[in-house]
Amino acid sequence: MYVATKGGERAIEAAHQWLAEERRGDRDVPELSIAQIREQMSLAVNRVMAEGSLYDPDLAALAIKQARGDLIEAIFLIRAYRTTLPRFGASLPVETGEMAITRRVSATFKDVPGGQVLGPTFDYTHRLLDFKLAAEGTTPEAQRKSADETPAPHILDLLDRDGLMEPLETSEDTPSDLTREPLEMPADRPLRLQALARGDEGFVLSLAYSTQRGYGRTHAFVGELRIGTCAVEMEIPELGFAVEIGEVELSECETVNQFTGSKTEPAQFTRGYGLVFGQNERKSISMSLVDRALRWEELGEDNTGAPAQDAEFVLYHCDNIQATGFLEHIKLPHYVDFQSELELIRRLRREAGAEEREAAE
Amino acid sequence: MSKLTPDQEARRARMGLLARARPSRLAALYPELPAHEVLRAPECGAVMVRGRVGASGGPFNLGEMTVTRCSLRLPDGTVGHAYVQGRDKDHALRAAAIDALSEAGQGDVAPVFEALRAEEAERRRTRAEKAAATKVEFFTMVRGEDQ
Repeated sequence: MYVATKGGERAIEAAHQWLAEERRGDRDVPELSIAQIREQMSLAVNRVMAEGSLYDPDLAALAIKQARGDLIEAIFLIRAYRTTLPRFGASLPVETGEMAITRRVSATFKDVPGGQVLGPTFDYTHRLLDFKLAAEGTTPEAQRKSADETPAPHILDLLDRDGLMEPLETSEDTPSDLTREPLEMPADRPLRLQALARGDEGFVLSLAYSTQRGYGRTHAFVGELRIGTCAVEMEIPELGFAVEIGEVELSECETVNQFTGSKTEPAQFTRGYGLVFGQNERKSISMSLVDRALRWEELGEDNTGAPAQDAEFVLYHCDNIQATGFLEHIKLPHYVDFQSELELIRRLRREAGAEEREAAE
Repeated sequence: MSKLTPDQEARRARMGLLARARPSRLAALYPELPAHEVLRAPECGAVMVRGRVGASGGPFNLGEMTVTRCSLRLPDGTVGHAYVQGRDKDHALRAAAIDALSEAGQGDVAPVFEALRAEEAERRRTRAEKAAATKVEFFTMVRGEDQ
């Protein structure tokens, strides 16, 4: 039960002023600019865009600054902002096969058309703190090599061509949108992917990890992981044709999973899919593993009761803004609820005491 | 989608260039706006970006992006439109004006497109070259027993 109480205004105002001062920190240290956050904290910016579900690096950087680096708070700010924007429409589906690639690796094939491109990765670094970064120094320039125009088709298409991959649903139906209609079960795969794409990275990671450890195991190989920029096209009603309205950086993961076949299906590989705004391969790999685990029913697999197989559990708990909103509300005044609890405890104790006295007499 | 006419194809390419241009760069390349009547004042909004299930299956909603749109009319009646990424209203207004001018056949905007095209090609080439430098060239170690 909620009742209005008064008297906090002055305390709240003072708390907000102190927050602003703490956000700024020591004034002898130069203030961070939005551009500095956007350029130098770009993976944090990417996470805020992905889970805030709004691609706008400057806004994400502003949110990170305002939230003092608390990324879930920053995501909250972005989610709140996006509800104020009119929706102009939906883009055509981005064609990730035409991505301008900065990174592209496959764990299933060594030699692939277009090659394996490491890109600006943390892999193969030794994870030793680099104290040179603590001292202002010069940054080396990236090496360059003449780029051939070899196309880099999706690696799973090669398996697909040989008929070894499960076929994909290719219905062009308008996908349901959980920002427009409440998420209801059963959720089809497009809806599940939307929820996972904006889901909490840590939650999705842990679920994916649980499938690797045996809770809904799906034997995933990373068929392909690619990161790069894709053009976004939208039909412009005034013109009657589609134009590019911008570019987004995306991380995409396609897994190849074992499937031994059934009475109606030959043995073939199945797929898990992850697609995330920005450079965020951990999230995209996690998403593809969870996507695959959630597909147990349509593929006729056993439900082992693993958390990652439970669509309702996964989808209703992966959103960190819903989660933090409900979690953190319990710290707000519940004086009346608690008074009734207190009253109940006292009454129970009184009654128990009276019974004891009666028994003793 | 039906096939576009060569004029539509050219306009599509121009509008894409204007949308992808950095707002400050576009302002530097074409600082003075022509006389115009605003039909739809620059407006910030969102577009739902869709992906494809499994990269090539049916569509799903990935997340939104910010977009600013604007429409205007030149004194000769030519209408220009812009849909540009981000929230920069000046960017959308200028893009719509340049779209209208090129629709009206005004040649003085041609250098803007030439510059944008060249700069974009250079940016893409630089990135592709950096990526190419990180391409793995596998070789197989010769094992002792094979010799």
